[in-house]
Amino acid sequence: MTPHHGSETTEPVAVASLSDLTLRYGDINALDGITLDIPAGCMAGLIGPDGVGKSSLLALLAGARTLQQGRLQVLGGDMRSAKHRRQVCPRIAYMPQGLGKNLYPTLSVTENIDFFGRLFGHDGEALAKRSARLTNATGLTPFLTRPAGKLSGGMKQKLGLCCALIHDPDLLILDEPTTGVDPLSRRLFWELIDNIRRDRPHMSVLVATAYMEEATRFDWLAAMDAGRVLATGTPDDLLEHTGTNSLEEAFIALLPESKRYNYQAVEIPPLQSDGHKGADIAIEAKDLTMRFGDFTAVDHLNLQIQRGEIFGFVGSNGCGKTTTMKMLTGLLPPSEGKGYLFGQEVNPHDLATRRRVGFMSQSFSLYSELTVVQNLTLHARLFHVPSEVIPQRVAEMLARFDLNDVSNTLPDALPLGHRQRLSLAVAMIHRPETLILDEPTSGVDPIARDGFWNLLAELSRRDGVTIFISTHFMNEAERCDRIALMHAGQVLATDTPANLCALKGSDTLEDAFVDYLMAAGAGEQTGSNTSLPSERTSPLDSQAELRSNSGLHGWRRIFDPRRMGSYARRETLELRRDPMRLTLALLGSVILMFVMGYGITFDVEDLTFAVLDRDQSSLSRDYATNIAGSPYFSEQAPIISYEDLDRRMRAGKLSLALEIPPGFARDIARGRQVEIGAWVDGAMPTRADTVQGYVRGIHAHWLRTKAREADYGDASGLAGLLTIETRFRYNPDVKSVVAMVPAVIPLLLMLIPAMLASLSVVREKELGSIINFYVTPTTRLEFLLGKQLPYIVLSALSFLLLTVLAVSVFGVTLKGSFLTLAAAALLYVSAATAMGLLISSFMRSQIAAIFGTALLTILPAVNFSGMIDPVSSLEGMGRLIGELYPTTHFLTISRGTYSKALDFADLSASFTPLVLAVPVLLGLAAVLLKKQER
Amino acid sequence: MSPSNILYLGLKELRSLIRDPIMLILIAYAFSISIYTAATAMPETLNKSTIAIVDEDRSPLSRRIASAFYPPHFVSPELITRAEMDARMDAGLDIFALNIPPNFQRDLLSSRKPTLQLNVDATRMSQAFTGSGHIQTIINAEVRAFVQRYRATPQLPVDLNLHMRFNPQLDKSWFGSIMQIINHITMLSIVLTGAALIREREHGTVEHLLVMPVTPFEIMSAKVWSMALVVLVASALSLKIVVGGFLSVPIQGSMLLFLCGTALHLFATTSMGIFLGTVARSMPQLGLLLMLVLLPLQLLSGASTPRESMPELVQLAMLAAPNTHFVALSQAILYRDAGLSVVWPQFLAIALIGSVLFGLALSRFRKTIATMT
Repeated sequence: MTPHHGSETTEPVAVASLSDLTLRYGDINALDGITLDIPAGCMAGLIGPDGVGKSSLLALLAGARTLQQGRLQVLGGDMRSAKHRRQVCPRIAYMPQGLGKNLYPTLSVTENIDFFGRLFGHDGEALAKRSARLTNATGLTPFLTRPAGKLSGGMKQKLGLCCALIHDPDLLILDEPTTGVDPLSRRLFWELIDNIRRDRPHMSVLVATAYMEEATRFDWLAAMDAGRVLATGTPDDLLEHTGTNSLEEAFIALLPESKRYNYQAVEIPPLQSDGHKGADIAIEAKDLTMRFGDFTAVDHLNLQIQRGEIFGFVGSNGCGKTTTMKMLTGLLPPSEGKGYLFGQEVNPHDLATRRRVGFMSQSFSLYSELTVVQNLTLHARLFHVPSEVIPQRVAEMLARFDLNDVSNTLPDALPLGHRQRLSLAVAMIHRPETLILDEPTSGVDPIARDGFWNLLAELSRRDGVTIFISTHFMNEAERCDRIALMHAGQVLATDTPANLCALKGSDTLEDAFVDYLMAAGAGEQTGSNTSLPSERTSPLDSQAELRSNSGLHGWRRIFDPRRMGSYARRETLELRRDPMRLTLALLGSVILMFVMGYGITFDVEDLTFAVLDRDQSSLSRDYATNIAGSPYFSEQAPIISYEDLDRRMRAGKLSLALEIPPGFARDIARGRQVEIGAWVDGAMPTRADTVQGYVRGIHAHWLRTKAREADYGDASGLAGLLTIETRFRYNPDVKSVVAMVPAVIPLLLMLIPAMLASLSVVREKELGSIINFYVTPTTRLEFLLGKQLPYIVLSALSFLLLTVLAVSVFGVTLKGSFLTLAAAALLYVSAATAMGLLISSFMRSQIAAIFGTALLTILPAVNFSGMIDPVSSLEGMGRLIGELYPTTHFLTISRGTYSKALDFADLSASFTPLVLAVPVLLGLAAVLLKKQER
Repeated sequence: MSPSNILYLGLKELRSLIRDPIMLILIAYAFSISIYTAATAMPETLNKSTIAIVDEDRSPLSRRIASAFYPPHFVSPELITRAEMDARMDAGLDIFALNIPPNFQRDLLSSRKPTLQLNVDATRMSQAFTGSGHIQTIINAEVRAFVQRYRATPQLPVDLNLHMRFNPQLDKSWFGSIMQIINHITMLSIVLTGAALIREREHGTVEHLLVMPVTPFEIMSAKVWSMALVVLVASALSLKIVVGGFLSVPIQGSMLLFLCGTALHLFATTSMGIFLGTVARSMPQLGLLLMLVLLPLQLLSGASTPRESMPELVQLAMLAAPNTHFVALSQAILYRDAGLSVVWPQFLAIALIGSVLFGLALSRFRKTIATMT
């Protein structure tokens, strides 16, 4: 029976049921035997501190992560079964944590939506209609052509939502969708979700959030801690059960005794303003402005922060907070205006001032390869804390920030709250007078946040440290002595939180801020149209349309050209947005062709030689002149002694040294045997071999000439016995270029395409967008082929360019069949890109992929494929690699068509390995590529 | 400038490399199996060359000539017909095809000066020249020996006594192994610094360093010394264990002097890596740049074909590359036991090139650092 949306008879009451679900990362239990039923058709929330397993749980539900232990049923089927996952993934939409993490920053709004739409089988006009509906509903319509990377945080989340909703999912999974988004955008976001749910009441929504105030609007909540579920129920249930007034308090009450033990409510004593205010300004900005191109990130910003004050900075992501902080720390030179620290203008080269400031940046996550103690020690050293004080200072920090238990742990193994404390400890290690903290508490749970604020309060009030902090949490902003509300690069207002509320006459700071934002025109810009248009086609219609399109039938489930096309189109767009990469790929090949075509040559000439002439007769000089006269050798100053000979040979100044013995001429005249000594520099064996051949030949020639001149016996007899006629075939002029160009083309068409493709997969892994592959119906083959296609096309272009160059500039004639060569080239670049994909599939980091690709392509292609030495003459492993490597076979075809006037029939034997290489390499890549994260 | 900052930042770089097992495996592979494979695969100039003989004479002499071609220089010749010859050469089966005409022996003995035809596949440049020379020598020797049984040909009184210095057997694995190490030294040092810089950019950790009292000079110097040390240790081990041990290449000169040269070369290449890391805006761009830089460095520095036969312009341009000098000094030290008195010009050249690259990289690093996030 086909599962059908909305038919209540088949829809289970629980959208997902978990039993004894356990997930481990190394030694850490992310999920510890969870048994839970998540109700269908409502808005369900997961609340709890970070690092308790919310994200892991959502990733498992979405099918992005591999199940380890326990059972998980989603939408009525077992998520362990690949078949079920394939069937339900078109019904699930997953928006991972992190602003726009699964979006493609260089693609525009429309292109992002189209990409996701095509993955789910939409196309053409239907897709355009859908896309228009969603962008209209989310207020993104005016920004359709803007690249996703240039959207503000709130807009990115809206775009993420559009991409998630494009296929009308039955289950929408949102992982902290509003973290890092300003209050107004947050409100609009939830209104949008409500509207969508009104339209599609059967859709289940599952949200993880760190904002407790948001959780109050959910229908059902699960409070989690340490990989376990503490309690479930409606928000009211939870409040009632714990006898508290707010979810935040309820959550704290739910925690086990041991964790509540350390909890203290935040209390900040009022700031003691000492008499001479004004004079004691720690941080000041005067008309601070930052422009990136034609975009003004910070627009004539003014502020003054007193010494010892806690000053809050509130505003959405992308409004310029981080940029302002960077300018004030000297990280970014301002385009206009000035910043002052302790009354002195900020100077990026002034290291002394830096020592008085501690900075904790939003993106910085400590050195994950150093333990807690090592991190603290490194920073203490960099800040030049005297080395005898360091152990004591580190111990002090460990105690003060309660890190003693984890002192030898790596930061990545710590919960986020601990990490933030460590970051603060690191920023404090040198006892700065001022702390600049950029969103230190984003994503941190309420208890850890309060603990953090207790520390800040102590630092400010006890130690008189000035604290400049940016935050998204309104309850944190309320704790500041003064706050600045920021929007679009400008400060809207600066005052104490109480005064700001009073001025706008609002009850909460959040309402006041929203009022300020509306007044600044933010509402009009970002979300004028939050309700879905009523003319929208009924969900059931679109559902039917989707079902028929996404093709539950036949081979399309295994391989759908449209999904492949979607990936290919996206990869192409990204490539086109990166002209430098295109240029490097095309122009780079051309440059290399010139350099190598002309540079590598096997005509050994101008070999250095010198003579140690101990005879000094006219005959001995004649012998030397005879060698010097050959085009292969160039004579150097005569050798004067054995020491001279030795020294010059060791220095590599001579390839050949000759010694003519004393009495040379006399002995010859008497018919006595004489011996000329010749030393050849064997350091470079190929060259030595050539020298040896030349010198033998010249020697023989000289003997014959002398013999004839002197009519010395019948010496010419042997030479006269026979003639050996040497015919250099295929390249009668024996020009290196003619031999090299057909060999360089295969080399270039291996190295560059392989490198192009080798980063494509691993880059998505490193930057996070690989998640789209995990949770959409895309199969491995669609994914790989989609990524490969653009690079094949680009490499084919490169082949044409190189061929034209070879014929026109290098004057190499293509004697054989062009079609044969082109067909082989197409197969060959497919194999080369497949090889790149193969490397990309099993590498984890881009750096390893680059190194691996260079290692696995340059050596085999240059040394083992017959470019210099024929494969048949190689030995050992190199021979084996050479026989198998695609370059060998394309090289044979390239030389065959260029120089030997061959066509397909003659070269078919070399085609077979190429034809086989493509599916074998792609198949291996598909096997190594994981469809789920482990 | 603070030396302790440079020290501790460098230690941090080393720690982060240790925690990247795939990179460590790749490095180990590059300096062991890869070197070994490359060195043992390299044939002597004439090794197992394929030769076919069209024997239309079928005389004792023609058979004698045919039997003179044997391994390791040649594979035992295929006896083929005239008709097969073209097709076999087209297919690349034979590099040489020797045609012995009918009545060759008879004509020779009656001093009619017969002609042998030697066909050479000139697309196989490396073998075409040396091979045809060898073949002519072999035929001449056989013919002379054969004829001498019938009539005396006078011996010439002048002998050429050829000695191969530094590598008497002209064993190519001596050359190949060390040149391969040089290639890997260059490749690895550029990747380690260049790609690591871009990774730090993409992960936003460069910025963190910049708010601390450390200068770009210190950050860069730390990267240079730490990554150069890694490569230096890897190449020393490789030289000792793989080249000296498994491949039993007798290393003539001073290891210490060579390692000093390597350290200097690494100073230049790690700086080059950082420079490339500031030019490329993303990892895919760096990958392509790397190919663009590595190939000429490897193929034109004298590590694969002799420099003196390259076009003047290429020779001149390659003087600006540290590899050219490094290859020259490695050959001088390791094969010819040259001392510092001999190789100082190369040391000087690399030091100069390294300083220029370091300066360029530092100024780009300073300029681009603001936009690195």
